[in-house]
Amino acid sequence: MERYSRHIILEKIGGHGQEKLLSSRVLIVGAGGLGAPAGLYLAAAGVGIIGVVDGDKVELSNLQRQIIHQTTDVDTEKVLSARNKMWAINPDTQVKIYPERVTADNISQIIKGYDFVIDGTDNFPAKFLINDACYFEKIPFSHAGILRFDGQLITVLPDKSACYRCIFNSPPPANAVPSCSQAGVLGVLAGVIGSLQATEAIKYLLGIGDLLTDTLLTYNALDMNFRRVQLNRNPDCPLCGEQPQVTELKDEEQIVCDLKNCKC
Amino acid sequence: MNLIVNGKKTNHSNGLTISQLLVEENVKMPEMVSVELNGQILKRSEFEQTALKDDDKVEFLYFMGGGCAFN
Repeated sequence: MERYSRHIILEKIGGHGQEKLLSSRVLIVGAGGLGAPAGLYLAAAGVGIIGVVDGDKVELSNLQRQIIHQTTDVDTEKVLSARNKMWAINPDTQVKIYPERVTADNISQIIKGYDFVIDGTDNFPAKFLINDACYFEKIPFSHAGILRFDGQLITVLPDKSACYRCIFNSPPPANAVPSCSQAGVLGVLAGVIGSLQATEAIKYLLGIGDLLTDTLLTYNALDMNFRRVQLNRNPDCPLCGEQPQVTELKDEEQIVCDLKNCKC
Repeated sequence: MNLIVNGKKTNHSNGLTISQLLVEENVKMPEMVSVELNGQILKRSEFEQTALKDDDKVEFLYFMGGGCAFN
């Protein structure tokens, strides 16, 4: 328990809280910019089982921000690279890997049994799919997005707090929102926001503090400004509103922004 | 009238609608923005008719991908 001594001396954690972490299960979808710091800190914190979902291999252009991967990992599957680093930090943690993308067909099976999910994906179909699947399975999750110098995150407790669709009804039209590969992103921004997601996971698992529910936290790295935008559950939400239209999982169309035709 | 837009005090002419505010605030892609008025998310179809009042609080919430796991 020496490994966790700095946790254990915290009154709000203690030996009991650390044992809770050691028996908790967190799923990280996407071993990229957001998933990297989240995975490293959750492993270091002693979360008992951490699942990592990613179907990609490490590319050189990932290393500017995806700090769980190193230069020698280029061309390695991200889930394997991530697992090696998490094990190196903490052999107590069991890392389950899913070398695939989440789809409407596989996501329910993957997320079942986890206590908390971290959305570290970079595409809207996946973000909506994670929101919907976590709602149907009643699993709390942290949503986050980053772009250029901005980041945002919210924690969702299904049926209790505003979900992603309460804010954004459905995925944006094609050629509308650029992705990081097209518009760029400050590498360290992923570290800030991914670490905040890990913080929310740990608070939820321990039952301490106030979660970022019904609150979208936005961050701009240039003016170093954090803002909390208060939200309410939306009665018109197509998923968790009064007359739901989204009643089953489906794969939304992948939106690819072509900057030449993009107004952004 | 005074409005608070994304936490900042701004001054606009009386009776401005949400659609007009999006233009005046130079929101480049209004179709990519969710609008919250005094804590409630508005339907897109309400942007045209919804007139703002003094001291209204408006939040423009932007779609943001990121994470860069999948591309």
